[in-house]
Amino acid sequence: MPPMKDNRQEFWRALEPVEETAEFGGIDRREFARLIGASLAASGLAGCVRQPPEHILPYVDQPEGMVQDKPLYFATAVPLPGYAAGLLVKSVMGRPIKIEGNPRHPATLGRSDAFSQASLLGLYDPARRGAVLYRNRIDSWPSFLAAFTNALATQAVKRGAGLHILTETVISPALGDQLRQVLERFPEARWHQWEPVNRDNIRAGSLLAFGSYVHTIYDFSKAARILSLGSDFLLCGAYPSRYARDFASRRGGRVPPDQVNRLYAVETEYSSTGACADHRLPLRDREMENFARAVAQRVGVPGIAAPELSDPKQRKWAEVVAKDLLQHRGASIVIPGREQAPAVHALAHAMNHQLGAAGTTVIHTDPVEITPVDQLASLRELTDSLRAGRVDLLVILGGNPVYTAPADLGFADALARAQISVHLGQYADETATACTWHVPQTHYLEEWSDALAFDGTASIIQPLIDPLYGGKTAHEVAAAMLGMLDRPSREIVRDYWRRRSAAADFERFWREALYLGVVSGTALPPRTVAPVNLAERLPPPRPPAEEGYEVIFRPDPTVWDGRFASNGYLQELPKPVSKLTWDNAVLVSPATASRLGVYSYGTVDVELGGRTVRGTIWVQPGHADDSITLTLGYKQAANGSEGGSYNAYQLRTSKDLWSASGLRITKTGGDFMLACTQTHGALTERYPVRVGTVEDFRTNPDFAHQEPFEHAPPPGHTLYPPWKYEGYKWGMAVDLNACVGCNACVMACNTENNIAIVGREQVYKYREMHWLRVDRYYHGDAGNPRAFFQPLMCVHCELAPCEPVCPVAATLHTEEGLNAMVYNRCVGTRYCSNNCPYKVRRFNFLLYTDWHADSLALMRNPEVTPRSRGVMEKCTFCIQRIERARIEAKLENRRVRDGEVVTACQQACPTDAIVFGDLNDPSARVNRLKSSRLNYSLLGELNTRPRLTHLAKLVNFNRELGEEPIRLKPEERGA
Amino acid sequence: MPERPTTGQLVPRPPVIAPDYTPGSVTDAISEIVLKKPHTVPWLAAFAVTSLVVLGFLAGIGVLLFVGVGIWGINIPVAWGFAITNFVWWIGIGHAGTLISAILLLLHQEWRNSINRFAEAMTVFAVTCAALFPLLHLGRAWLFYWLIPYPNLMSLWPQFRSPLVLDVFAISTYFTISLLFWYLGLIPDFATLRDQATSRFQRIFYGIFAMGWRGAGRHWHHYQMGYLLLAGLATPLVVSVHSVVSIDFAYALLPGWHSSIFPPYFVAGAIYSGFAMVITLTIPLRKFYGLDGLVTDRHIDNMAKLLLATGLVVDYGYLMEMFTAWYSAERYEMFTLYNRMTGPYAAVFWLVLAINIGVLQLLWIRRVRRHLLSLFVLSLVIQSAMWLERYMIIITALHRDFLPRSWGMFAGTFWDWLLVIGSIGLFFWLFLLFVRYIPMISIFEGREMVHKAAREAGVR
Repeated sequence: MPPMKDNRQEFWRALEPVEETAEFGGIDRREFARLIGASLAASGLAGCVRQPPEHILPYVDQPEGMVQDKPLYFATAVPLPGYAAGLLVKSVMGRPIKIEGNPRHPATLGRSDAFSQASLLGLYDPARRGAVLYRNRIDSWPSFLAAFTNALATQAVKRGAGLHILTETVISPALGDQLRQVLERFPEARWHQWEPVNRDNIRAGSLLAFGSYVHTIYDFSKAARILSLGSDFLLCGAYPSRYARDFASRRGGRVPPDQVNRLYAVETEYSSTGACADHRLPLRDREMENFARAVAQRVGVPGIAAPELSDPKQRKWAEVVAKDLLQHRGASIVIPGREQAPAVHALAHAMNHQLGAAGTTVIHTDPVEITPVDQLASLRELTDSLRAGRVDLLVILGGNPVYTAPADLGFADALARAQISVHLGQYADETATACTWHVPQTHYLEEWSDALAFDGTASIIQPLIDPLYGGKTAHEVAAAMLGMLDRPSREIVRDYWRRRSAAADFERFWREALYLGVVSGTALPPRTVAPVNLAERLPPPRPPAEEGYEVIFRPDPTVWDGRFASNGYLQELPKPVSKLTWDNAVLVSPATASRLGVYSYGTVDVELGGRTVRGTIWVQPGHADDSITLTLGYKQAANGSEGGSYNAYQLRTSKDLWSASGLRITKTGGDFMLACTQTHGALTERYPVRVGTVEDFRTNPDFAHQEPFEHAPPPGHTLYPPWKYEGYKWGMAVDLNACVGCNACVMACNTENNIAIVGREQVYKYREMHWLRVDRYYHGDAGNPRAFFQPLMCVHCELAPCEPVCPVAATLHTEEGLNAMVYNRCVGTRYCSNNCPYKVRRFNFLLYTDWHADSLALMRNPEVTPRSRGVMEKCTFCIQRIERARIEAKLENRRVRDGEVVTACQQACPTDAIVFGDLNDPSARVNRLKSSRLNYSLLGELNTRPRLTHLAKLVNFNRELGEEPIRLKPEERGA
Repeated sequence: MPERPTTGQLVPRPPVIAPDYTPGSVTDAISEIVLKKPHTVPWLAAFAVTSLVVLGFLAGIGVLLFVGVGIWGINIPVAWGFAITNFVWWIGIGHAGTLISAILLLLHQEWRNSINRFAEAMTVFAVTCAALFPLLHLGRAWLFYWLIPYPNLMSLWPQFRSPLVLDVFAISTYFTISLLFWYLGLIPDFATLRDQATSRFQRIFYGIFAMGWRGAGRHWHHYQMGYLLLAGLATPLVVSVHSVVSIDFAYALLPGWHSSIFPPYFVAGAIYSGFAMVITLTIPLRKFYGLDGLVTDRHIDNMAKLLLATGLVVDYGYLMEMFTAWYSAERYEMFTLYNRMTGPYAAVFWLVLAINIGVLQLLWIRRVRRHLLSLFVLSLVIQSAMWLERYMIIITALHRDFLPRSWGMFAGTFWDWLLVIGSIGLFFWLFLLFVRYIPMISIFEGREMVHKAAREAGVR
């Protein structure tokens, strides 16, 4: 990211309102900027450069709650793709620096996910465009308003006949209300919606099953048996962190054995849900519907015609799964993937009703989205209108439709025929370039708005900072359409809620909503719907599988539909299963790869329906054969021109939004070095992850400490008396049963600890800087291996091998058992890393921290030193959080209580897989976990005595699907 | 085949100096190279080439300090790469010099007198090259002095448990002793040069370095005592320095490094590669400067024998390392061995074994030992193999350690290779200066040998 020198002034605009108040006692603007600049420089650069003169001046009037360096937390919500997640954002001296979940919000319950965490960088992203553009030349908001008002005046005469509005899925009630008003003012105007990862199939499936569109919420905390039909509900679902939490609450080792849930995953690609499944069946997308029919028939859904499954393995699966679901009537869930055909959704609904799940584990409500529509039809209608020249004024509120529209629609060409097109967006992307006007959009941390959670709970989005790049909100543009120029969005949102709440004391209602982060009582009530006779309405079963290769399109687990492509944190985040970074790859199964003669890193031309893109192959064990997965979101004009990625939208047509057949792959003979953070992933007989079955654990609770996991008793001999930890004794436990590999912890660690982004090339050279990583190990047959996730950061060995080898004592032990790293003292011999058996230390081989981008300096956590070149770094167990808790406790003259120190990763983990605490406190949660028989020390045989231990993974096998050995066959041993 | 000696007869050993030398002609033969001979074209050409390489070396260092060690191929897991390989290789080469000058002196091996001077010079230059690498390999090289225990306001000391701190002591001691030893031996020769000088400049230049040496009896008395004492001091260093270097590895818990055999194994390897370097230097020097009378075939033969002997010790080290890995039945150790044999760096492993175990055996054959070209090529091959051996030890242990997740690969970059070649360039650049401006063979010890040879001839 290039430094944004010319935007320097923009940042101070964030503080203008403060500056103009009396609190600053007549310091002029220049002086103020100098002060802030000096203090920033002093905090970040101390020791690196000669320090500039520093002045300390008190406030004349202290703002409420503002104490220097004492963080404030504000409740807000992030409009994620899908639904909103409630947040508490940590703000230090007016800068939001860390995002945490809001415990009162139903979607997060105080936890969060990687997208929310990374959205902080979206705020400070130097690549965000700051200027209004007219035909790609810098212009101004007033001149835009003038032109816009003119155009609207013309439309007013025509009753809006030439006015079209295009939005993404709207989950903001206030914006929905404004758009309704716009349509009232311009009765013939049209409102279209398009989001590439939309809920069209969910809607269509619901219409098929119930005759009306109802919203479905699954309660995994009550589910004993789960069948996923191509749904990645743990990572890419509608509200993944809540689902993951509920799901993990019933995994092995966390509840009595008879209550442990069992997940059957049937899927084409290898998703993190598949990795968490107890049994996983790779299935071509085109076979999914027939499989669903087969299960539905066996579950007893009346009148379902099911063609006989040709594959005996599938037949057995359908039998066994149906039987297991039936045995857990009322406590089972069949969840279809967003991308599955409407028929699969309808069948899943029918099964859930048949299994008595409706009302217990499956809850229906009214739709959450404002005015749900068939988005594909909506976009097609807009394109037709554009092509017919009926569009005088097109207002695009968010999104990048030029990039994301199906390839066959020719949206980009059609857009050129609009007389005036206006694009509101955060980036000067393809759509911005193609439109007449581009208005920079605010980030959610800069704006007033509102948003709905998956259950309809509303949250007010409140800004943490003035717009850094001078953006406008969708509310402001919509208000301009209503003739209210320059009406602040705060007033728009307040107005809406004043009307809607009808509270006697609105101020009190408003303050409470802001304080809590949720508007009480807005959750949608459950609705009872009866399934119609599905047999009549279901389209006839598909003919037996066609030959040839099929392709499926999926949102990317890190950049989604492309909206996060500019976010370096997310680009560098390893994708949960493939562990690729910075690029999307053409995912194929090993068998298909050998049939096609392709191999990982080889570039190929992928041709579908006469359109071709060039991508790089990644052989994904466990992927369904004869199927190729392409993920969306890469190769955007603004930031994807290089690399081995491809733009899947170029192949995606309106006929086949999620899957297509007739794909052709030709080798180009070239190679592209994809940056993968884990090139070796076999479990091997080293068993870094210890696995057993729920049954194993019941009959032999000690299995995790026996052969083949442990060969010898852990050596405990030493000549020296052991150190007595008399004060605190910090430790951590990570429950592998709860980890779903979602990367929320990795991202939380990144933002908490100012971890540098290093870029594709450096990741390829094994130089990524993530302190915390989620390792993924495969086990078993390459056609369908099991995958296990293992979060690993510095384990803070009591006998740390890194410590005695450092010649300058830059890494040493604290009296509380932390393995501390003194950056200032480090000279960079890297011996500590060599001697670390876990390889959790990270070295600044080059100057990775961006010292030059001003906006990134604002983003950093002031409690954590950014590291410079030539210095080793690693997980500190969030020592800054420990110290803050210690200060609080000391003020009250007591010990730190259990749960007071919450590390960033623990805070973010949606499933509570990570628990940190004082091992000297017998009642601490971490001690309860560590006393489990599943608790084991990774590489404990080296006598490192890690303070971070893992809880062995339990798989809930269904023996009827065949005995799957969890221990390696002799021939797999060795390497 | 020469005729076998009959029982009871002493084998007449080939002389250590050609019989037609007199003390005067020894002095002339050696000092005229420095004082009288004009610069030759080959010397100038070699000097120009090495100067260019040294400039490249400096550029490589400049970029390294300016951009960071990230220009190399190192990464996590392979955090040590070429720099440490070069360090171990160079410091190993230095060992032969000390061995020749100190241990062979104490053992009264007089044949050493013809070769000790340039062997010592080689040591000093090799240690110079070696000492650069631990500094350059630091992430923040400008803070290298933090490894030295010096009193400071923060009362911070180095971590004395770290082998890297021991390295600092070992290398600095070794460099100091080697330099002093070399210089002390040079003083009488500097005096000779001063006295033989043909120009005023030479007289002043060598006069300064001669430190007022007049060849008086007292001088010789002190000199010999001092030289002997230094030899006594240097002797343990031959063993200790490379032992300390090996502890850098043996101290770590990595399979493939964590092994108690490392100190003797490394010392043998060091002397082995050092002798290879001495042979590499001797053969062309002898030829270009016509010194076959002073450095005779017997010298060459002796060095080849030493090369063979130390090489066999190294081979024993290889075999024992493999044996202990197997005997331990420890899965990580066994995997590292297996990975060395069959993994991505297997070619390096087998090449090292093929040369150091296989090709080495050629030295049993007298004709190979006496055939200069073969021996020269062999010495080069052995040195390359020893570089590869260190590379193999470092890289293969690091690149696949305990957790499969951390496994990675390493490949040297342009900058890595630049520093390898650059350091070789620096070594030869220094050596070229040495052969031109300092007597490359000890003049006074040469004269001593003439005397002794004459005495022995008289006795016989």
